[in-house]
Amino acid sequence: MSDDIYILGINMTKFGKHTDLDTVDLASQAVMAALADGGVTMADMGVLAAGNLMGGGGMGQQVQKQVGQTGIPVFNVSNACATGATALRTAILSVKAGECDMGLAVGVEKLAGAGLLGGAGKAKSDKDEWTPSGRFGAVAPVDGRIGTQGMPGTFAQVGMEYLYEHAYSGAPFELFAKISEKNHSHSTRNPLAAYTKAMSLEQIMGDIMIAYPNTRPMCSANCDGAAAAVVVSGERLATLSAEQQRRAVKVRASILTSDPYTESCQVLPDVNTLTRNAAAQAYEAAGVGPADLDLVELHDCFATAELVHYDNLMLCGEGDAVDFFESGATWRDGSTPVNVSGGLQSKGHPISATGIANIWEVCHHLRGEAGDRQIEGARLGLAHVIGLGSACGVHILEGSAA
Amino acid sequence: MPGQIPLVDYLKLGDEPRLEANECTSCGARFFDRRNACASCSATEFRRVELCTDGTLRSFTIVTFAAPGVPVPFVAGVIDVDGTSVRANIINTEPDAEHVTLGMPVRLATFSVGEDQNATEAIGFGFEPIKV
Repeated sequence: MSDDIYILGINMTKFGKHTDLDTVDLASQAVMAALADGGVTMADMGVLAAGNLMGGGGMGQQVQKQVGQTGIPVFNVSNACATGATALRTAILSVKAGECDMGLAVGVEKLAGAGLLGGAGKAKSDKDEWTPSGRFGAVAPVDGRIGTQGMPGTFAQVGMEYLYEHAYSGAPFELFAKISEKNHSHSTRNPLAAYTKAMSLEQIMGDIMIAYPNTRPMCSANCDGAAAAVVVSGERLATLSAEQQRRAVKVRASILTSDPYTESCQVLPDVNTLTRNAAAQAYEAAGVGPADLDLVELHDCFATAELVHYDNLMLCGEGDAVDFFESGATWRDGSTPVNVSGGLQSKGHPISATGIANIWEVCHHLRGEAGDRQIEGARLGLAHVIGLGSACGVHILEGSAA
Repeated sequence: MPGQIPLVDYLKLGDEPRLEANECTSCGARFFDRRNACASCSATEFRRVELCTDGTLRSFTIVTFAAPGVPVPFVAGVIDVDGTSVRANIINTEPDAEHVTLGMPVRLATFSVGEDQNATEAIGFGFEPIKV
């Protein structure tokens, strides 16, 4: 029991546009709420791990100045879109190592109006001489000339590659748009989502095309937000109140992987192998299988990404993701509800907050506190994130039996 | 005399332009940039190899909205060139899902990127559909 780790308190802010709050405000808001949720204070925390990518660095110490400078070790972590999960994993590692019995993780980002992420290059002046530079000896920017470095196109290729490898005869655009339709429909029940309006298939397909087959609503929504979690050892939890113990969510598996070598990952990021590896390790650590999961929050940074992760997380048989989706399994009334929060496409994707916010969503259901969007009787859930480059976090969580 | 310069150093110009790669002499893994050790097997010896020109389109996207300075639309894809994955644009075709399809055969082709003040022409590469 003493090796067990629990989420004691957790919170996410409203995702959306917070014009009056800066990143430190948002992170501090999530931290204070997570501490209150767990019935503890900064004085109880033995470690702080903080994630933020777009700010100036040192988020952990900035947050401490807002909520309590207790002198504990701070880890400022950065792992692309898996930053939040990495912060949580760092806090868990400290507790598991026995250095402390309670820790705090926070992730925050301000992205409202940020536009496209990735890519870009500066135009060459006509007066210049072609001068090779960089790792490929390029004489001009290669984004747009040698493939795309933008995220929508990168993940579009991830989805299209799946349809090539598992010969698909239908219309890719409509298939992926239907996945987006599901997530936009789910978010209508999530008051903390950035976008809460349902969108018809026609609206989604008729919206601005960003990178075929992803239109704008099929891309993750840039927005502001923060999420924070308090983790506690099983031993310490046993000394806390019955109510704290009842609401605590057990971390059955906490896994972080990077991408092992695969031939094609040198030119197109391979988000599949590291996810499959993380999932396999997580199921083994938890002693459960995909069929045992009551809900899954997975990294649908684009509609084209969600499809491949059904397969990577082994929610369906290998190569069966299309049939699995078309069976209705991943809608909230299906056998394996996926992204009932609305996912990154509709709930939003404030990068560093995402890897904790998806855990908040799962905990919310496991505690039976998800209100209008509660998955009835949820006991076991999985949260997954991918940071391109790549890093993958998978957590399997279990609610209290009480 | 004004000449030509490749857009990237792994494109070799000439009568028959080719892509080149650094191949691990131990396991055969190929890389278009320099590596200290092989990402696949950690061996440290590499040799320069030439890729063949024909391949199969494994995946693609049609980018219609990109970062400032990137001309759109363009088709970006991953081409399987005899077991080596290559990142490139699909060129010399209409950029739409009727003309670009998964699994279609493609071939290396070059295009002009423009001239600098010395009238040196930069040459880029892409893959074009093979008409059957």
